[in-house]
Amino acid sequence: MSTPSLYSAREPIFPRRVSGKFRTLKWWILGLTLGIYYLTPWLRWDRGPSLPDQAVLIDLANRRFYFFWIEIWPHEFYFVAGLLIMAGLGLFLFTSALGRVWCGYTCPQTVWTDLFILVERWIEGDRNARVRLHKAKWDFKKWRLRISKWVVWLVIALATGGAWVFYFADAPTLLVDLVTGQAAAVAYITIAILTATTFIFGGFMREQICIYMCPWPRIQAAMMDPDTITVAYREWRGEPRGKGNVRKRDRAAAEKAEREAQAAGPGQQVRYKATPYPNAPIRLDTGEASLAATVKDHGDCIDCMACVNVCPMGIDIRDGQQMECITCALCIDACDDVMDKIGKPRGLIDYMALSDEAAERAGGPPLSVWRHIFRTRTLIYTAMWSLIGVGLVYALFIRSDIELTVSPVRNPTYVLQSDGSIRNIYDVRLRNKSHEPREFKLSLTSEEILQIQLSGRQEDLSVTVPADTTLNQQVFITARPQDPAASNHTTDVRIWVEDQTTGARAGQSTSFNGRDQ
Amino acid sequence: MTDRKVDETTGVETTGHEWDGIRELNNPLPRWWLYSLYATIVWAIAYTIAYPAWPMVSGATSGLLGYSTRANVAEEITAHEAKNNALVADLLAIELPALQPGDDLHRYAVARGGAVFRAQCSQCHGSGAAGAKGYPNLRDDDWLWGGDIENITATIDHGIRNETDGDARWSEMPAYDEIFSDEEINAVVAYVGSLSAPATDAVLVAEGATLFADNCAACHGEEGLGDPELGAPNLADAIWLYGGDPVTLEETVRYSRFGVMPAWGQRLSDEDVRAVAVYVHNLGGGE
Repeated sequence: MSTPSLYSAREPIFPRRVSGKFRTLKWWILGLTLGIYYLTPWLRWDRGPSLPDQAVLIDLANRRFYFFWIEIWPHEFYFVAGLLIMAGLGLFLFTSALGRVWCGYTCPQTVWTDLFILVERWIEGDRNARVRLHKAKWDFKKWRLRISKWVVWLVIALATGGAWVFYFADAPTLLVDLVTGQAAAVAYITIAILTATTFIFGGFMREQICIYMCPWPRIQAAMMDPDTITVAYREWRGEPRGKGNVRKRDRAAAEKAEREAQAAGPGQQVRYKATPYPNAPIRLDTGEASLAATVKDHGDCIDCMACVNVCPMGIDIRDGQQMECITCALCIDACDDVMDKIGKPRGLIDYMALSDEAAERAGGPPLSVWRHIFRTRTLIYTAMWSLIGVGLVYALFIRSDIELTVSPVRNPTYVLQSDGSIRNIYDVRLRNKSHEPREFKLSLTSEEILQIQLSGRQEDLSVTVPADTTLNQQVFITARPQDPAASNHTTDVRIWVEDQTTGARAGQSTSFNGRDQ
Repeated sequence: MTDRKVDETTGVETTGHEWDGIRELNNPLPRWWLYSLYATIVWAIAYTIAYPAWPMVSGATSGLLGYSTRANVAEEITAHEAKNNALVADLLAIELPALQPGDDLHRYAVARGGAVFRAQCSQCHGSGAAGAKGYPNLRDDDWLWGGDIENITATIDHGIRNETDGDARWSEMPAYDEIFSDEEINAVVAYVGSLSAPATDAVLVAEGATLFADNCAACHGEEGLGDPELGAPNLADAIWLYGGDPVTLEETVRYSRFGVMPAWGQRLSDEDVRAVAVYVHNLGGGE
């Protein structure tokens, strides 16, 4: 007895080569995105001596992120959070307007899979050759082709993993270190992991990643609505589908049925035998004969399977919207090509909004693309996206080169001095984000009379902070015994730091504890 | 042999367990699964031989590979300390008063001293160094034995009133319980209190002033300003080690005080003593 298998093996997919406007666009995007990814670490940007000259660098050891003229410190991580929120909102915007356009064109999984399929096609041939090879025995030729393919894949995967680590260290130095075996173990491990994932995800798992591992396809439904422009099949134009010989047979069957109905006369019912409507009754007087006319007048789809053969996800777009569809639009290119050949208008498979279906079925024109794209929902997403973007840019421009944070020492809350005055201690962190040493002068403002003093100094209130550094300075604030601040519970204080050369200043509020605790 | 129960549909033997009419099939385990299980058993045994594992009467088996997390930590600590060798040498060589706040060596000494302080000194002086009754606050500007870096180092090195170090700071106030009458004690307490706060009974204070000049001024000074050379506290400032209220003052005069601090030079390395001194000096009161 056979038991049903609990595991369904992957159906291998052999996407056929296709050319057309979307394929061309995808090649350009592939080149652009991979170019950005591989080349960015090699761009140089002069920041002066003592600072890295790499344009984009995530310097984990020194906790700095460099992006051309922008330098992000760890306490400014909100920029990264903001960018992630923008990326999220951008994804919502694009998905609600254009469906899974991210999946289809720019997702790394799609881009690298495209590249891997390109290699596969180049070495093993197009779809039919690959299907043959897949079924062939493991002879010398198969081994040769497979191994050369895997080697090229591995080289690409290695370059991918390799490019990643260059974002985290000076690229030219690291490359030399990597080659001479002197780079840090973490660099080699990262490269090994990313090489393995690229090789396996792009070469073998491909659509399985999208279908089973990626959460995004599952979230799509909430993001899309009938106005979303997505890849769809104009079923009302294409159906009933049929190949040439099928069409002939169906036409003959329909004509025969019509003749029979005619011969039987009005009121008599004749059964229609052939596909695609087996057993449908035909009666001339009720107009049911028009069914036969429909059969005679086939739809535009000639069932050539071009759209299925080119699909990297292995689905049939004519079945309607599917979770697997990444809207890569290759089926549009394939179908347009066929429509050109058989002299039918393009667009049997096309980017369209599902809300146009009713109008199109009735023979009317669809709404314009802009009417679909500019709607409340997408406008709200755009507004939110821009708002955060403008906020981030604003934050970027108003941020100061100097900053301070003040943490009052609260163990003990205050110190009684021998003359009866009350002293509070503060740990002040002074940040100099400029690229040269700066001399800062500290001061304080308060409604009460208080004296500020730096630890280890007498009268001097200036501190020199080296370039690109945070300096910890212990600061004392003292209230004389007769002043209210000494006896009050707390007094509001603001500690200021002023750049002696530029006059720029920053302040932070804190409080002063008196005797009355 | 017991009855074998066989499922009719599949022909597979069942376990004989039944829940709501559903019987549990007794299929064999997949081979790979079974071999994995055996492999894990072999692995587990080998692991316990290779690594410390089996608890014995005292300690545990050490394992063939000689792996020890303690040894690893000790190794890491040694490696880190080796990196500080140059700084330690500098710290031992430098004249401490020459140490400048903001220098790398000063920063290192403060960090190292802070670690030692939290481990060794905070029990009495408090983690914030604010002290407690009988244990001086190290953040204020009042020092019994002097607040410059060299005096602080000497105090830490030799301690106070301990028998173990001949160089320990030593001073002892007589207990006046037997020497003064109760009235005299009251007068002295009133006078000492008046040094730092407004007096209430002028006659008593005047009487106390005479007694003070005759008995106490030798150590505490004519004006009660104390003497760091003798460890005699300043009685005219706002800071009291044991308390400045009349009851505590009377207790101090009657029975005296005898605060003790260990000689840390006997317990800590020279560099640690120096580091703690720099740390304490940097707390805010250092002179």
